[in-house]
Amino acid sequence: MSQVIETGKAFEFTAENVEKAQKFIARYPEGRQQSAVMPLLDLAQRQNENWLSKEVLEYVGNYLNVPYMRVLEVATFYTMYNLKPVGKYFLQLCRTTPCWLRGSDDLEAVCKNKLGITNGETTEDGMFSLLEVECLGACVNAPVVQINDDFYEDLNAENFEVVLDKLAKGEVPPKGPQIDRTNSAPEGGPTTLLEKTEGA
Amino acid sequence: MLKDQDRIFTNLYGIHDWKLAGAKSRGIWDNTKTLIEMGQDGIIDAMKESGLRGRGGAGFPTGLKWSFMPKESDGRPSYLVVNADESEPGTCKDREIMRFDPHRLLEGCLVAGFAMRAVAAYIYIRGEFVQEAINLEIAIQEAYDDGLIGKNASGSGYDFDIYLHRGAGAYICGEETALIESLEGNKGQPRLKPPFPANVGVWGCPSTVNNVESIAVAPEILRRGEGWFSGLGRPNNTGTKLFCISGHVNKPCNVEEEMGIPLKELIEKHAGGVRGGWDNLLAIIPGGSSVPMLPKDICDTMLMDFDSLRDAQSGLGTAAVIVMDKSTDVIRAIERLSHFYKHESCGQCTPCREGTGWMWRVMQRLVSGDAEVEEIDMLINVSKRIEGHTICALGDAAAWPIQGLVRHFRPVIEERIKSRKAARAA
Repeated sequence: MSQVIETGKAFEFTAENVEKAQKFIARYPEGRQQSAVMPLLDLAQRQNENWLSKEVLEYVGNYLNVPYMRVLEVATFYTMYNLKPVGKYFLQLCRTTPCWLRGSDDLEAVCKNKLGITNGETTEDGMFSLLEVECLGACVNAPVVQINDDFYEDLNAENFEVVLDKLAKGEVPPKGPQIDRTNSAPEGGPTTLLEKTEGA
Repeated sequence: MLKDQDRIFTNLYGIHDWKLAGAKSRGIWDNTKTLIEMGQDGIIDAMKESGLRGRGGAGFPTGLKWSFMPKESDGRPSYLVVNADESEPGTCKDREIMRFDPHRLLEGCLVAGFAMRAVAAYIYIRGEFVQEAINLEIAIQEAYDDGLIGKNASGSGYDFDIYLHRGAGAYICGEETALIESLEGNKGQPRLKPPFPANVGVWGCPSTVNNVESIAVAPEILRRGEGWFSGLGRPNNTGTKLFCISGHVNKPCNVEEEMGIPLKELIEKHAGGVRGGWDNLLAIIPGGSSVPMLPKDICDTMLMDFDSLRDAQSGLGTAAVIVMDKSTDVIRAIERLSHFYKHESCGQCTPCREGTGWMWRVMQRLVSGDAEVEEIDMLINVSKRIEGHTICALGDAAAWPIQGLVRHFRPVIEERIKSRKAARAA
């Protein structure tokens, strides 16, 4: 089971995030502020180097006047809340069947051979963490790795290494398909939506 | 093949401007007021006549679903909840709608929300879709600024709000009552039905949960007329549909096609054919991971719609077509799915919580061949004890891929067990 880490460091939202938090709470009906637990945990995680400590969970609970246990339940149920520190670049490698059919095993090998990490591990320099995840919902662009907020698609061992090299050098490689292709259209160009229609 | 003029998602590939100006140039938000002037009953009748069946997987008639909402409020507000938690392996269509055609969804929210007398729509988007959520937020703001939603939405006299709620990585939240729990700030664990959401949904209020695609096609159906939509496809399986073609094809892609299109034509016309040619096909999962796979001989003549696939003991599901050629270790392909369901079980019902893990462990041994032939029947037996014995359909969804595997590929499993035994004996 997930262990919550106590850091001894207090947490509070920045002024900018207080403003954002208020906007999130306002989306839900009066008295239903518990609904804002998820957006506030996400907001807090973004402020706290992409993970949630016990202090952060307590802060969010107090902020919403929701018992700590309810916040903990949510934080442990959903996989996107990180309950331990992760690397600067958080690699979420999809391993479900559509990605596996198109070579996600090769990407796992790249992480092992190039970065020296397997599922759940972080590189010693704190740059990369790897988590094997289930379907990311970009299956026609498989295999896919989500790096922090962005999807890197149509990967293979070679272009994945290029992406990792760029990240290591502090560059931001373009997200989306890593082959010559427009989003989810077939490679080589669409087979539909070719007729000139009004406004298109 | 469907004509371009009959396609609804004209910016499926994100080639055009997805923001408000671009959306308007594609006919979205074009005098939406006149759609609302059809009245609640007029809209619901038209949706029923169009034959639209829910695009999230179950295929329940959309108009009928809307009609379950209370016509008079007992003091509680009603809500439309849009299921944008797209997580069914193989499925990646709602993502395209949200990032490249968000206004089509928003206009659908207004029209559908009005028809069911809702005060607001909550769009529940899966947490991993960060860019899609950003685009939707921008589109929502644009729609407010332009008076299309909010007070006196689109000049209709109807007040309607739209809010976005981001999930945080849980497949189960695609189940409508789990989604409602999550929207309330809880763990996403499904509720027992009844009461149904149309009676007691989010925050105890009448709610209807619809898939993104179902909502997004509604304004176009109303504009062009229900007869246009029902004239496409086959009886009881009408209209157009977004298909996601993944796996061992030459050109994986999303495409909008007519319901009932032959599976082979779909793959050969749009996805560049099966890798190595049609004869190199082993099997296809035709509707997302939860539906049983079909071997090549059934795929040869299969039509892609709800009823045809149901008759073949499979399903259209989300129309996510996962193609596997003859190089595929088909047992491992299903073992991966078993791991998926084990990982995603919410843990509430014992048969699912314990059963998905048990089935995965057996599947792992079937992959290596370290099993007894009798265990195949035992596995099927256990899958039947999970199927139908849980609050939600995740238990069924975990059982069906395994049942499909054994139904069509039993000799492959037996052969592996035997050759493993022979190797050990040698």
